[in-house]
Amino acid sequence: MEKSLNWREFIITRAIKASGYSAIVFVLLIFIFLLREGLPTLGEVEVSSLLSIRWYPIEDYFGVLPLVTGSLIVTLGAALIAVPFGIGTAVYISEIAPRWMREILKPLVELLGGLPSVVLGFLGILVVSPYLRVLLDLPTGLTAFTGSLLLGGIAVPTVVSVAEDALDAVPRAYREGAWALGATKWQTIWRVTLPAAKSGVLTAIMLGVGRAIGETMTVMMVTGNAPVLATKLGSLFSPVRTMTATIAAEMGEVANGSTHYHVLFFIGIVLFLISLIVNVIASSVVFRARKRAERILS
Amino acid sequence: MKRVLTFLLLASFLIISCGSSFTNNASDSPTSTAYIENKGSDTIVNLALAWAERYQAQHADVRISVTGGGSGTGIAALLNGTVDLANASRQIKAEEVETARSQGIEPLEHIIARDAIAVIVNSENPVSELTLHQIADIYSGKITNWSGVGGEDKPIVKLSRETNSGTHVYFLETVLRLGKSDDKTLFSMDTLLLPSSEGIISEVRHNPNAIGYDGLGYVPHDVKTIAIAKEAGGEYVLPSIETVNDKSYPIARDLYMYTNGEPTGIVKEYLDWILSAEAQEIVAELGFVPVK
Repeated sequence: MEKSLNWREFIITRAIKASGYSAIVFVLLIFIFLLREGLPTLGEVEVSSLLSIRWYPIEDYFGVLPLVTGSLIVTLGAALIAVPFGIGTAVYISEIAPRWMREILKPLVELLGGLPSVVLGFLGILVVSPYLRVLLDLPTGLTAFTGSLLLGGIAVPTVVSVAEDALDAVPRAYREGAWALGATKWQTIWRVTLPAAKSGVLTAIMLGVGRAIGETMTVMMVTGNAPVLATKLGSLFSPVRTMTATIAAEMGEVANGSTHYHVLFFIGIVLFLISLIVNVIASSVVFRARKRAERILS
Repeated sequence: MKRVLTFLLLASFLIISCGSSFTNNASDSPTSTAYIENKGSDTIVNLALAWAERYQAQHADVRISVTGGGSGTGIAALLNGTVDLANASRQIKAEEVETARSQGIEPLEHIIARDAIAVIVNSENPVSELTLHQIADIYSGKITNWSGVGGEDKPIVKLSRETNSGTHVYFLETVLRLGKSDDKTLFSMDTLLLPSSEGIISEVRHNPNAIGYDGLGYVPHDVKTIAIAKEAGGEYVLPSIETVNDKSYPIARDLYMYTNGEPTGIVKEYLDWILSAEAQEIVAELGFVPVK
């Protein structure tokens, strides 16, 4: 009896351990696969050609710079929208809203997060882009900004959900202490609650940005996909082509093992590295913030 | 998509071949299954699949396997004797005919449908006629304002299909490069590349600055189709089944199937059916132009 219990214990422990390690294994496998398919690019296409500004793969123009700047500018725009809105909503839900309002708002925001991105893209083509074109007097409504708006919409629920949890985790005693000292509600939120939840809020922002940069379907439908190098902030209001949209649009028809195929995987590596950098920066900021908090509290 | 298709075909082929060997072993089945191998142009592959499906539904004893891969691939397979019908969106080249003859194969051409591209603008746009040259200049970025082609003072927003679309390549070769193979003109960088026909039509429908192109059969009535002249001073022609078939509309091409010599038996029956009214109706449904 005891022996079989031990035996079962043994298997369960190993199974849990294996599933824990599997995440690392999968990420490693994906990365190795990306490298294997993408790195031949460097032997087939000259680096100067990769850094050129012309992307026209069917005639062997493989300049990836317009795609990188395209992704960055759309993501930047999305962050500028999602961060203030997301954190504002989180603060409202967690700190200000009465209980019944909270019960309505939270599920609604989560519902927004569950919207398929292709539906948002459709909305973008039919409603947002024509409206923006008239409102801002642009030549076309299919611009980076349209993409940013919709991506902002996609990232907001992520930001709200994570940031709200972080704010909720701040002990009630912090707020009561601030009120006892005569701080107004706004002062309490801005000077006490938000700083106390800083690491969680930063995580929320980074997750939101990560969601935005990896999003494909919506941007492919609304940003116009013109591979123009985005050099200034004004490019936000002209069409751009993102890395994700390029991979999605071209991978289906590309000949397996061709230069074009390798370059698409190379773009995948670039995308992977960008999200890695974002994550590393985020965790280092969070780490530093936590250390500082410990120093103050001790 | 192509890979998925190939996979499915391979899979179905395996199943079919297993099945047939099984029946052979069991007994002499009264109805023997006939196979037609059909391969080639990606432009035609959907049409060929639609035909094959309909034909097989009516003829249980015929199995047609359709694969894409490009016109060159299809013709090469015909020369190797591995297919019965090669689909091509271009005419067979002289050197291909030579290779064929050296292998004792006599490629015979059948025009099975036509493909025309309509150039479209918003219905509010006063421009309704353009020459091929003007369209080339617009798409290559030499003309950027509608006033350059007799329209209002508005920027031109150029829309195109993605580079992997056969329509994109055909438009590049026929319009931007005006059919000259040594011409290296490219689409202007600010050309919007939209992933679907629907995307192009929706933008043209809403945006008075836009110009786009699409297969003639996909163009709805609420956008304006441009009449096109081959050269300045020439006659402006609107695309229609008549003008495409009498070759007066310039952005149109024939779509072909090639057989080895005069087709016989089951292949002949299939080809005859393809030219029938019923099969040509499918041509129109898929956005191409029927031959008759």
